[in-house]
Amino acid sequence: MPANRFNGFTDYGIGVGLRIPHYQHILEKKPVVSWFEIISENYMVDGGRPLAMLDRILEQYRVVQHGVAAYFGSAERLNREHLRRLKTLVKRTKTPWLTDHLCWGSVDGRYSHDLLPMPYTFEAAKLTARKIRETRAYLEVPIAVENVSSYAEFHVSEMTEWEFLNEVVERADCGILLDVNNIYVSSRNHGFDPYDYLNSVPPERVAQIHIAGHSKFAKYILDTHDHPVIDPVWKLYEHAIRRVGPTATLLEWDDRIPSFDEVHAEARKAEKYVAAPLVVGS
Amino acid sequence: MTLLALQRRMAAALMRPLTAGDRVDPRAPAEYIKPNDRLTSLERLEIYSRSYWYRLFDSLYEDFPGLRAVLGQRAFQRVAQAYLADCPSQSFTLRNLGSRLEEWLRRNPTYAAGRLELALDMIRLEWAHIEAFDEKAEKPLGPEDLLELGPGLRLDLQPYIRLIELRYPVDDLRVKVNAAATGEHSTASNTVLRRKAGGLVKRISRMDPKNIFLAVHRHDFMVYYRRLPAEEFALLGALRHGLPMGLAVESALRDSELPIEHLRQQVETWFAAWAELGWLCPHGAR
Repeated sequence: MPANRFNGFTDYGIGVGLRIPHYQHILEKKPVVSWFEIISENYMVDGGRPLAMLDRILEQYRVVQHGVAAYFGSAERLNREHLRRLKTLVKRTKTPWLTDHLCWGSVDGRYSHDLLPMPYTFEAAKLTARKIRETRAYLEVPIAVENVSSYAEFHVSEMTEWEFLNEVVERADCGILLDVNNIYVSSRNHGFDPYDYLNSVPPERVAQIHIAGHSKFAKYILDTHDHPVIDPVWKLYEHAIRRVGPTATLLEWDDRIPSFDEVHAEARKAEKYVAAPLVVGS
Repeated sequence: MTLLALQRRMAAALMRPLTAGDRVDPRAPAEYIKPNDRLTSLERLEIYSRSYWYRLFDSLYEDFPGLRAVLGQRAFQRVAQAYLADCPSQSFTLRNLGSRLEEWLRRNPTYAAGRLELALDMIRLEWAHIEAFDEKAEKPLGPEDLLELGPGLRLDLQPYIRLIELRYPVDDLRVKVNAAATGEHSTASNTVLRRKAGGLVKRISRMDPKNIFLAVHRHDFMVYYRRLPAEEFALLGALRHGLPMGLAVESALRDSELPIEHLRQQVETWFAAWAELGWLCPHGAR
């Protein structure tokens, strides 16, 4: 769905993650980029260079906020300080929608700074959905949750990951940030068919898509965001676009970051898939 | 098992320090994790545990390069592991990870490899550096705003300025370490800089301690260190504490042995410099 209530009825096309090593290039060369995604927590400070750079980017580009520490799935209450700072940033960026992960990462006030996997239980779905609703009510911006890549599953789970995702987004009435690389990584780590996952995602709730590269180890795959997107992930992306329509898509590249032009070129490979359904449809 | 119980167990397990070879502690409970045909429950937990520790080590490593130079790599690693085990992150942002390090090392002096005071000075400086980098800036008062300074006037310092007292010249050391680490020079000269920093650590650690008063501030989004005379440092501190101008000057200069006329000139010079640097802002702006 190119524009829906979960992405603020926008049609943003292909974006790139804003990363510090690219600041200078972007500000000097002013490349044509549809939009940038920022990691919210990197800018939830009171001043200094991070906010100054962000303001300069905002003068010229559209920005969407992507968070890594809302921890909707943590059993503890929402962190009010985090929310307060997030809202300040939302006002600054005017992000049309906001994303974070369907995961947990803190307990009893102690933070892992990781995206830890959820047990797929009804109790967890109910709590997670409630926290998403509370966050949306406070921030007054549409929210979409991202499926994470995972390396562990729990005995207590009562459903598949995609059933859990559906359970949460239905209860929360929120959008989905569909990360096709994460689906691929988890499918290899847990032995499921990634297309079963994709085919179960409600297309009308997909606000945005993520693509990325990963690293293969002997016994598992790690979501490292330090490589180009591999062909099987592009195939999944193509399938996702066929199901949900041309959707705002973002390439993540967080480690061993190459030049901006290289990252941008990799992201723009998505254009041919995004364009394809329109051709077919016409 | 409830969601809370599961999360408590998993967090406790992955936050256990890694054992030799960066392996997860085999006593860590992991029976709630399903094994698969390639990995045991513990091995699956280990992926998260390694990620946790490497991420937090990386963060401290980046934030405290000066402390690494003071302690050496191995002692720094021991400090990082023990500190994180005792003081897990309580903030949503890794930016705050080192906020309790000075207080922790003071309680655990044996980790300082015989350089406790030097290490504490460096931690204080490096934490001030982190805060000065991204704390708030208020609209500064310029020279034209300071033409009429009455004794009842209250001024404040920019929120990003940190005033710290040191016993060793760790500011010089940090500048050298930073130059070597940021790759401002060729690889060959970086190696020379690292050697020089190592030599400087040894020299500094042998020095007799003396009071150094430092303002850690920023200009054009870069953090700088500025050494101050004791009287200037005291006056800035008094202004930050909200004292009106007259009382601030009196309390800051009361114990000075400098001639009064000299002090009067100095105060004028300081205010001019502070205004130039944008250090002052209206009282109550924060």
